[in-house]
Amino acid sequence: MTAKRVSYTLDSSLQSVNTAEETAQLLAAKAGFDEDNCLRISMAVREAAVNAVLHGNAYDPNKKMTVAFENTGQALVITVTDEGRGLDVSKVPDPTTPENLLKQSGRGIFLMRSFMDEVRIRLLAPGTEVTMVKNVSGPAELHKEASK
Amino acid sequence: MSMKSMTRQVNGITIVDLSGRITLGEGSVVLRDMVRDLVTKGQRKILLNLGDVTYIDSSGIGELVSAFTTVRNQGGELKLLNLTKKVHDLLQITKLYTVFDVKDDEATAVAAFK
Repeated sequence: MTAKRVSYTLDSSLQSVNTAEETAQLLAAKAGFDEDNCLRISMAVREAAVNAVLHGNAYDPNKKMTVAFENTGQALVITVTDEGRGLDVSKVPDPTTPENLLKQSGRGIFLMRSFMDEVRIRLLAPGTEVTMVKNVSGPAELHKEASK
Repeated sequence: MSMKSMTRQVNGITIVDLSGRITLGEGSVVLRDMVRDLVTKGQRKILLNLGDVTYIDSSGIGELVSAFTTVRNQGGELKLLNLTKKVHDLLQITKLYTVFDVKDDEATAVAAFK
């Protein structure tokens, strides 16, 4: 992989969520991740984008979501930023505990953490920045890189 | 591809064949409205066939959970049929696999309703 960064500023809409997901799928494949990891990455990005558009910006047409993809050579680093009130991660309950298992919502961050190697959430003023890292560490990815 | 659903009856069980994506927006709303409609009409034994569901996000998972509790709260049963590997893995990760009654065979699933 060669280091490369692309960034998209998107409206707070469901269409933007789909755009972020599809772009993640495309760039993950381009970075050499196998099909399963491409799906995991695109799902994590979708969850982050849903949080940004729905919970962060609350579909406010005056607020934007930014999605940035950076291919460092060792990892795909994806940052999703919104302009909302800010997410206090400490108040997000574990959706897998018995008392939360049958709740309708609250699984987005859990899925991001499940699918990515690293997830960092930072409060901005205003907004929330979610940084997700997927390392290029599997043999399949390394093999693909070596064959380029 | 957005979600589509077809409903049929087999031995008193309502089987809903779902296809496409169950995601925030159209897919999850279609699922919610469809289950509520069935329950309103008195259907209490519902089998969701997810064999052609290509993708579910956390909103879609939430709608499956909501459908499960809606039917259960009315004294009914909701089971899942034909999970793809992707959906199976997702339910495993979220620890919901053991919450739902999941079947791989339609006849077995139909027979499993009380």
